[in-house]
Amino acid sequence: MENLIALLVAAPLVGAALLLCGGKRLDRAGHWIGTLLAVASFAVAAVLFADMLGKAAGHRALHQHLFSWIPVGGFRADVAFQLDQLSMTFVLLITGVGSLIHIYSIGYMEHDERRRRFFGYLNLFLAAMLLLVLADNYLLLYVGWEGVGLASYLLIGFWQHKPSAATAAKKAFLVNRVGDIGLSIAIMVMFTTFGTFAFGPVLAATGDTGEGRLTAIGLMLLLAACGKSAQVPLQSWLGDAMEGPTPVSALIHAATMVTAGVYLITRSGAIFNAAPTAQLAVVVVGAVTLLFGAIVGCAKDDIKKALAGSTMSQIGYMILAAGLGPIGYAFAIMHLVTHGFFKAGLFLGAGSVMHGMNDEVDMRRYGGLRSYMPITFVTFGLGYLAIIGFPGLSGFFSKDKIIEAAFAKGGAEGWILGAAALLGAAITAFYMTRVMLMTFFGEKRWNPAEVHPHESPKSMTIPMIVLAVGSVFAGGLFSIDDAFVTWLEPVTSFAHGNSPVSATAVTAATIVVLLAGVGVAWLKYGRKPVPVAAPRGSVLTRAARRDLLQDDFNHIVFVRGGEQLTRTLVQLDHSLVDGAVNGTAASMGGLSGLLRRLQTGFVRSYAVQMLGGAAVLVAATLLMRSV
Amino acid sequence: MTGLAAAASTTSLGEAVQFWILGTVAVIGALCTILMKRAVHSALSLAGTMIVLAVFYLANGAYFLGVVQIVVYTGAIMMLFLFVVMLVGVTAADSLKETLKGQRWLAAGLGLGFGILLIAGIGNASLRHFDGLGQANAGGNVQGLAALIFTKYVFAFEATGALLITAAVGAMVLTHRERTERATSQRERSQARVRAGKQVPPLPAPGVYARHNAVDIPGLLPDGTPSELTVNPTLRARGQIRDVSGEALTGVKELERRSEDWLERDSGPRSSSAAPGPAAPKEEAKK
Amino acid sequence: MNPVNYLYLAALLFTIGAAGVLIRRNAIVVFMCIELMLNACNLAFVVFARMHGNLDGQIIAFFTMVVAAAEVVVGLAIIVSIFRTRHTASVDDASLMKL
Repeated sequence: MENLIALLVAAPLVGAALLLCGGKRLDRAGHWIGTLLAVASFAVAAVLFADMLGKAAGHRALHQHLFSWIPVGGFRADVAFQLDQLSMTFVLLITGVGSLIHIYSIGYMEHDERRRRFFGYLNLFLAAMLLLVLADNYLLLYVGWEGVGLASYLLIGFWQHKPSAATAAKKAFLVNRVGDIGLSIAIMVMFTTFGTFAFGPVLAATGDTGEGRLTAIGLMLLLAACGKSAQVPLQSWLGDAMEGPTPVSALIHAATMVTAGVYLITRSGAIFNAAPTAQLAVVVVGAVTLLFGAIVGCAKDDIKKALAGSTMSQIGYMILAAGLGPIGYAFAIMHLVTHGFFKAGLFLGAGSVMHGMNDEVDMRRYGGLRSYMPITFVTFGLGYLAIIGFPGLSGFFSKDKIIEAAFAKGGAEGWILGAAALLGAAITAFYMTRVMLMTFFGEKRWNPAEVHPHESPKSMTIPMIVLAVGSVFAGGLFSIDDAFVTWLEPVTSFAHGNSPVSATAVTAATIVVLLAGVGVAWLKYGRKPVPVAAPRGSVLTRAARRDLLQDDFNHIVFVRGGEQLTRTLVQLDHSLVDGAVNGTAASMGGLSGLLRRLQTGFVRSYAVQMLGGAAVLVAATLLMRSV
Repeated sequence: MTGLAAAASTTSLGEAVQFWILGTVAVIGALCTILMKRAVHSALSLAGTMIVLAVFYLANGAYFLGVVQIVVYTGAIMMLFLFVVMLVGVTAADSLKETLKGQRWLAAGLGLGFGILLIAGIGNASLRHFDGLGQANAGGNVQGLAALIFTKYVFAFEATGALLITAAVGAMVLTHRERTERATSQRERSQARVRAGKQVPPLPAPGVYARHNAVDIPGLLPDGTPSELTVNPTLRARGQIRDVSGEALTGVKELERRSEDWLERDSGPRSSSAAPGPAAPKEEAKK
Repeated sequence: MNPVNYLYLAALLFTIGAAGVLIRRNAIVVFMCIELMLNACNLAFVVFARMHGNLDGQIIAFFTMVVAAAEVVVGLAIIVSIFRTRHTASVDDASLMKL
């Protein structure tokens, strides 16, 4: 069975190679090949999943060793796969959502002349992402990590004829690079500490390692996670990444790639468990980001950017849960999966709306679309209900658990984190209701003469329907007998937290803040007409529209600071280094110039020098004799 | 010559007198060597110094060396020098004007300093007594030298032989010039001269008068100016040309007039036509 | 008179010769000055031989003469060949390593 694992990665990789190297001959069949291979990968995953379910909980992990990549002396880097429950969950999510989005893209990218290339990139992404979650060591994980970064870069900048897309791709790549440095440093520290970077030995050895080392590794891994998952302070790229085609936003920047950070932290759980400082940093980052993203999401008028803020915020929840330790890992992954469903669904819905609205993204120019796009409305609505945590839908189960776990952290920390999570839930309800109301309700704010809203083709609606079904039922399904927690327990371990407030109280509070958020949004956007031109808004709104000044901060601190530093260094280089070098050269030149005067070429000058030397010798001899 | 007594501290009075006189001559000769403007004079002064040194060698019991100094050095080497001076230095007027900046001062300073150092060194050494060569020269100076050369210094002697051979070969290699092309014939040279339009007939002879047709007097052109072509360039380079175009002519005229007076011969038409005739255009040209 | 006076004379002649080498530009005269220096040395050797009562000094002087002869031969040949190429016997004119 384990021999099938490589097939998971190989199928999309072959697809990418075929589509990217195949040339124009494949233009007509390219999207079918890409979709077929993605579905094939999903089929393999399903087979493996069925096989895994048939085994006892403790014996489900599979391992496949392909070849030794870098065998040098005692050092060995292997290309080997590990398929345990955690990886399986990710594989199913990636291949499942990936396949759906491939299907969706067939319709969405129908008129794009570079569709073959698009599917090639999507397949490349799938292969890299699967490599990331299937790797059995950090080095191979790093390969996948970089692979998804590359695919993300290529896909954000897919419409590179738009300067904004090209810039956004560059920005995403650069910010990700900061995180990647964290991961590479973490791997290096790991190697010097443990002598290996295979998951098994590293995670098993955390018990007998100094906390300082583990904290360093943990913080570096957190930096990596921040970069890839758009967490504060490396969050600035995600909003701009929405310049990519909508399926890309749905697959990469909502459902899968941005959750790689959560995977990394969960996978390295043993390290974080042994390094409380690093764990604290993780929860702080998670809590800050969940509020940050939510606030940004409230102010954006661009539907995709609003959803991007939401993504940031929801991943903040996951990171927060992952930072809570064994009481949170399972819920982090559970929220990740349900989020994968509903957020992908929401993005596909947004894409569908844009598809029908001539690629208009400003929600202030939508309104009243529910009768024009019924399927989109229903699927989007179900995703909306799921994300705000409407009781009974997916988001409710996963988010509620995270809030509970946050309170269960204990002490003042627990209260603060729990309150932040609750506040986040309220804001989530607010901004998602805002999106919903502005898009599908209210009066039409578009010009019927120019825009003809219409429902999208089947290839787009079917994935949306499937994802909507997932958003509705996944959470409930996972929560029957704590099925999901039990499933993951062998990998992540699980501990029941001791919450100072009862689960019922938390649930009640969640529902109350949810209703409050929805109510405020309805008061603001449902009862009153929405102006087409954005009002000036409060200071906070204006800041939130500018992504809470994150770009300004980066510009002032890093760009300006970097320029200043560069200038200083250049000056130092000019004055000190060049000065020393040129000074040496100049003094040598001057000395040579002086010495050259001795070399006149005139025999008699040389004779004078010889006689002088002879005189010195005689004088020295006499002096020595007289002494 | 010197006293046979071992460890004497003075020499005979005769030697002392000889030293002071000949020593002065030697120093003067050396100074002349470096101060004379012409290389020939330098060479002759040096030869004089060397002969004095030969006498000193003899005085110091080095009979063989004294003779060799005269025969080889003064005879052969100095003649070689003179030969090369004649070959090379004839046209090279050696001015004593210094061209290198500060060279003369440096030379003077260094020479003075070096000399003072040497003399101070000798003065410092305790050389009050000397052994004399009575014993060493007992079996004859030449025999003594031969005994040393062919025993103790035989390897140095052999090496010197090799050195001499090498030097001879080296001199030949340095001065030998390979003729790489056929020598031009007289016919070709004259044809080239015609083609170049240079002086085709033989060069004009020096002098214009029977009394002044020596090679060092340039011939005069019809306008009375001396012609450069009529004298040897070597003489010109040496500055040994006598110019009779100006004052010399009047001197000649004066001489002729006085001889006429002395012979109490009336200056006839012959002499007036002979002497002032050619000089007249010259004087006109001067005016 | 003590024979050490010969040594003073030798030193004087040597110094004069050295100064001549430095001052004169005519290669032949320079050469003569070198000969003068060699002769001064020879005189010193001969006097040393007398002072020490053996003939070794004279032998050295003898070898010096031989070497001087060889040197003169080669040196004059060099002067002649330089004169041929540069038409001058001044040591200052031969200040470049090329023609």
